Amino acid sequence: MKRHLLAVSTAALLAACASAPVVEHSKMTGAEIAQIDAVLKRDFRAKGQAKMTRLEPDAVQRECNLHADNPPDSVARSLQEAQLKTIKYPSDSLLGDWKNGRKIAESGRGMQWNEKPANPGGGGCYNCHQLSPQQTSHGTLGPSLKGFGKTRGYGPDMQRYAYGKIYNAKAYSACSHMPRFGHSGSLSEQQIKDLVAYLLDPKSPVNQ
Amino acid sequence: MLVSGRSVLLTAALTLAAGSAAAQSQFEKYQKMVAEGSPVELFELVGEGLWKKPQGPKNASLEQCDLGLGAGVLQGAYARLPRYFRDVDRVMDLETRMLHCMMTLQGRSLEEATKRLFGNADKPSEMEYLSAYVAGQSRGHAMAPGQSHPREQAAYELGRKLYFYRTGLWDFSCASCHGEEGKRIRMSELPVLYKPEAARPLIATWPAYRVSNSTFKTMQWRINNCFRQMRTPEPVFGSEVVNAMNMFLTVTAQGEPYRGPGTKR
Amino acid sequence: MADPMKIRATLKGDLADVRVLMGHPMETGQRKDGAGKPIPLHFIQEVTVKLNGKTVIEGQISQAISRNPVFSFRVKGAKSGDKVEISWLDNKGDTNRTEAAIA
Repeated sequence: MKRHLLAVSTAALLAACASAPVVEHSKMTGAEIAQIDAVLKRDFRAKGQAKMTRLEPDAVQRECNLHADNPPDSVARSLQEAQLKTIKYPSDSLLGDWKNGRKIAESGRGMQWNEKPANPGGGGCYNCHQLSPQQTSHGTLGPSLKGFGKTRGYGPDMQRYAYGKIYNAKAYSACSHMPRFGHSGSLSEQQIKDLVAYLLDPKSPVNQ
Repeated sequence: MLVSGRSVLLTAALTLAAGSAAAQSQFEKYQKMVAEGSPVELFELVGEGLWKKPQGPKNASLEQCDLGLGAGVLQGAYARLPRYFRDVDRVMDLETRMLHCMMTLQGRSLEEATKRLFGNADKPSEMEYLSAYVAGQSRGHAMAPGQSHPREQAAYELGRKLYFYRTGLWDFSCASCHGEEGKRIRMSELPVLYKPEAARPLIATWPAYRVSNSTFKTMQWRINNCFRQMRTPEPVFGSEVVNAMNMFLTVTAQGEPYRGPGTKR
Repeated sequence: MADPMKIRATLKGDLADVRVLMGHPMETGQRKDGAGKPIPLHFIQEVTVKLNGKTVIEGQISQAISRNPVFSFRVKGAKSGDKVEISWLDNKGDTNRTEAAIA
């Protein structure tokens, strides 16, 4: 009995003094980044279409890690300028088919190691954004895009912005959490055009 | 007398429609119903059988496996993991340690023992059954992972940095999704796992039976599956990276009494 | 080896809460395997509950019940130590049984 009581009191004591350290998203040094990259290289393996090159950091990832996703203006500006240059605009219209766009926005598939690379991937837009008011199962990580064209206009500038943003979100916000769908080869030119139509075709459910 | 089956879950799932606070409370109701009908105990029972079953070239059971509290001590052992193990001079979580015991006590090869780590509903894996059994022996014990050895501290630090590290094809860090309170992916709430209030209830209930997979899932699987969705290559089972992530999350959740294995959506 | 079963029987006043967990795939016959072939029906069709040797429930269930079913019911007038025995029979003729004392 006495032994039992003792065990209970030590457990209570442990629980009382155990409080986790406060964690902040802090800046990293170049040496810390090198350490993590070496660990990732050692502890990950290519699988299916997910090759090890995916772990090689580019300038955007490196600067965002150095600055805890909040780089000084000058750094952010030069990153954004370089990213803007990666965007390849189609030679013809930027507007595809909004019905295809809806499917791409709904699909969260693509680019994972368990998926066949030949199968078309999606944009996973609804994972983070509200788009059509009819689709109530939407995430909230990104801003709501409901009525995107209706509120921002349907013109060529807005089409160009939407295409560019989907192609490479880092051209507009260096450490955005949105993937670079075109730049990473995750969505094709036609798929991005279909998404632009989903956002900017006046007939699209997004604008109803 | 009143007989009720789990078929009622179907109706609960179908009412989960509207994207509102009402939906959230429906979701909680659903979670409660799911927990009441959880088959977790079945996994614990099969796991106990596998733990005690002689296997491998040495025809030995895992009963003498030292999970950190001494050979064969299971009570409260899971709650003290991950921790540093002197015999291998590294930090190990439950699954990494069990793999080590399969190789040393049972004489099994790494290749054979890691052939099928993650199972499915039709055929859960040995590691899943064993995790259910061993974790179940820590119910009521406060989570208290090792934090005194320099290697334990290094594992925590690595996990902490990894949590915020942007990488992979889509530039994600863990914090890209699990970084801000009150956010959802589709209809799923995203816990901010670097904060104790979010990490505590979660770590206290993993490993867990997942209704969406109709089977039991482990912590190594949970972390592996996050990386898959982040579009990185695959982390090696039992590697330092996965152990460090697990250490970071468990230290953040420390003090919480273990009440798993849980039942998840 | 059949999947395990587990009974939990707890007394509250003169009401015993009995919960039984039965490991079973409960195939609906609607699912297909990796090669696209339908997976044959495989489900528990009869559940029998005995209290101190006397049959008190004979239930017929169908493939509409999920994998690894859980049944719960309450027994009125139960006493501590009463023996609950539960068995099932599936459509392939397999059976399993387990028993527990009300605590």
